[in-house]
Amino acid sequence: MKKYLSFFRLRFAMSLQYRVAALAGVVCQFFWGAMAILAFHAFYETDPSAFPMDFQATASYIWLQQGLLAMLAVYGGIDAKVFESIQNGNIVYELCRPVSIYSMWFANNLANRLARALLRLIPVVVVASLLPAPFGLMAPPDIATGLLFVLSLMLALWVVAAFTLVVYNVTFFTISDRGVRLVSVALSDFLMGAVVPLPFFPDGFRQFAELLPFSCMENVPLRVYSGDLAGPEMVRAILLQIFWVFALVLIGKVLERKALKRVVVQGG
Amino acid sequence: MLRLYKKYFSIHLKSVMQYKASFFITMTGNFLTQFSVFLGLLFMFQRFRRVKDFSFQEVVLCYGILLLGFQISQMFASGFKVFDSMIANGQFDRILTRPRNEIFQVLASRIDFVRLGGMLQGAVMFVYGVTQAQVEWTALRILTLCFMVIGGAVVFSAIFLLDGAFAFFTLEGLEFMNVFSYGASEHGKYPLGIYGKGMLTFCTFAVPYALFQYYPLLFLLGRSDNLWFVFLPLVSCWFVVPCWLVWRLGVRRYKSTGS
Repeated sequence: MKKYLSFFRLRFAMSLQYRVAALAGVVCQFFWGAMAILAFHAFYETDPSAFPMDFQATASYIWLQQGLLAMLAVYGGIDAKVFESIQNGNIVYELCRPVSIYSMWFANNLANRLARALLRLIPVVVVASLLPAPFGLMAPPDIATGLLFVLSLMLALWVVAAFTLVVYNVTFFTISDRGVRLVSVALSDFLMGAVVPLPFFPDGFRQFAELLPFSCMENVPLRVYSGDLAGPEMVRAILLQIFWVFALVLIGKVLERKALKRVVVQGG
Repeated sequence: MLRLYKKYFSIHLKSVMQYKASFFITMTGNFLTQFSVFLGLLFMFQRFRRVKDFSFQEVVLCYGILLLGFQISQMFASGFKVFDSMIANGQFDRILTRPRNEIFQVLASRIDFVRLGGMLQGAVMFVYGVTQAQVEWTALRILTLCFMVIGGAVVFSAIFLLDGAFAFFTLEGLEFMNVFSYGASEHGKYPLGIYGKGMLTFCTFAVPYALFQYYPLLFLLGRSDNLWFVFLPLVSCWFVVPCWLVWRLGVRRYKSTGS
């Protein structure tokens, strides 16, 4: 456990170094968030009765989504070096070490996502909470909701990291990683509610999407925050998050064991 | 010059076809990414029917036109997107020693065929929009439609040119430029007027998206009979000039990185 903690610490410190890149990213995300909220506002003005969430809750959802992009979007923490090492065979150096490669990648992924999100979240939160009422980021309704949000956010981080590890391990079996990456990013982005929040999905499809692991990434924490997801429904969602953490870790580890059995070191 | 470009084109096509499986998977991924945006649009309109005074069919037409122009520029102007690495690995030094225009050579050095996936998505929506949006097609309106696609391709290419030109000064691509290319292509799915007066003014005078998207669309849909709107997409091409000037400035003060 100690070695993985140091992997985590090392990577965390490393990722904190990219401050200028983070600043450029924040400018991007700020524009993106503003445009998304203005579009939702146009729909809201057209027909407020069809709007499935409180408008203020939607605005908060989008600001948090932009601030936490590096943490909760699947592509936000994917490490291209892992794919390279699988492709060019450098992975054998990692296999020589007395560590579990799964846990090492997992610790690195958590650290990467956490550090990168921390750099971006603070400026977005500061600016977004200064905006006028329905367009800005509001505080959660009470302290208990705030704490539940943090709990659900941490679970979401574990779900995303476990899913990333599944993607890593799938590329052991395919020749090109670009296709796997593109497909998994497109699929997860849509089903986690990054294009349109889940409450806007049509009935039937929404209930199905809510059961998938993707809904545990952005959908759950960002709706817990504003109180949009509360009561027994929220408890169920958080339990589902815990379930998916275990299930995805299990899938990832099984895939890894299968993959490593096939690894042939060709020497040279 | 055109013959030379054709030659480059066939070489790029041949090299892509060497890895057919990988090419088609990546193209599918590109298609899926665009498709998810479209699915989001569909879900929103199932719920709301309209946004301001635009119907689903009209928005699909608007998005189809924009996406077609954007994907054309992504396919043919993608050399600028990797221009920072061209400077870093010394490829641009080699370009400067050849007796042809440097912009032409950067354009010819990369043709991103994977974008055909996204272009297909654009084309499908374009056809759906053109047939379903209840536009009375006249010669003038068809002309407007062509101008809109051309204007979009030119303005987005100019943005990629500017993005590449910045690499002369920063040696690295600037992430915030993505807002003006990818960001604009995604949020340009709705007619720009719905974002409010402030945003529309910005998109008219600062970066002329509205000149090839919003105003000519109004003419197309019969919301306005101002004949000027037909030619506004051509006016939007003025944006190439400042981008080109920045590029010239960059070339003039360019020093090799020495690799």
